[in-house]
Amino acid sequence: MSDIYLAIIVMTLANFFTRVFPFLFFTHKEPSETLKYIGKYFPPTIMTILIFYTLANVDFTTTPYGTKEILSIFITAFLHIRFNNYLVSIICGTLFYMLLLQYL
Amino acid sequence: MKKRELKAAFKVSIPVMMGYIVLGFAFGLLLVSFNYPWYIALLMSIFIYAGALQFLAIGFFNAKVGLVDIAIASIFVNIRQSFYGLSVLKKFKKTKKLKPYLIFALTDETYGLLTTIKEDPQINHKYYYFYLSLLNQSYWVLGTILGAIFGSFVDFNTKGLDFSLTALFVVLAIEQYKTNKNYIPFLIATITSIIALIFIPPSNMLIFSMICSLIALLIFKKNLESKNV
Repeated sequence: MSDIYLAIIVMTLANFFTRVFPFLFFTHKEPSETLKYIGKYFPPTIMTILIFYTLANVDFTTTPYGTKEILSIFITAFLHIRFNNYLVSIICGTLFYMLLLQYL
Repeated sequence: MKKRELKAAFKVSIPVMMGYIVLGFAFGLLLVSFNYPWYIALLMSIFIYAGALQFLAIGFFNAKVGLVDIAIASIFVNIRQSFYGLSVLKKFKKTKKLKPYLIFALTDETYGLLTTIKEDPQINHKYYYFYLSLLNQSYWVLGTILGAIFGSFVDFNTKGLDFSLTALFVVLAIEQYKTNKNYIPFLIATITSIIALIFIPPSNMLIFSMICSLIALLIFKKNLESKNV
């Protein structure tokens, strides 16, 4: 349990650091080109990696080869592109996956 | 208490209320479904207050990920926030004592509201920003408590509930694509992630793919920028 408290402290500090960063370093000067570039293209990379990361424990080598996860991801993405409402996409996508997992 | 500012902030915060209560609820529910006590969820929503990171944290706890890895992953996951501050530097300049909280509470949604909503020139901006930030966090905390309590007392099959995290990132990735329509970052991430999934144990997969992607992004800097002219 004490590990969890330590982890919460670390995440609190790390998260606050990302929020306070520009106020510490860029109040008087502009960030460099490279930094702006990272700010623009790193976040989409991170979000994509996180999708894969959440699937790290899925077994793609035996039946059903991760098809339940892949199908649910497509449903979620479709709903989001179609309705553009993140609550609808997340709730329906998750319910769909839970139904697949529990009843199939 | 500045009534007018509170009222203005409340009105603007209503769309966030719905979202934060529902997502906070899902977070609280998911955390207690892994048999962690409800107050861990509450502590996290008060002190960390970052949706994606809090969801991810559940996985970190389960896998007993080391603190250094947690720190690096937390910074990378929320690095986008470092660029939000740039556009509110001016707004926050005269906020004095309230500034630390305003910076702490600068989530995606609060940032979105602060930078898009037209402000009434009659109100005291400092308090308006403060109430808006505080209201948004209170919705998040409220949702978390409700979810954690519900999960602790109501027994139902939560198998598959953790897909909400995957779904959250699918949504966030699509939103990222909308802001700069370039598929190369997604391609880089997909390649590094698949390599990591095959060759790297799950506990190190996240850091490995993030660092490789960052290196790849820097190598392909010229190609990427020329595409966007």
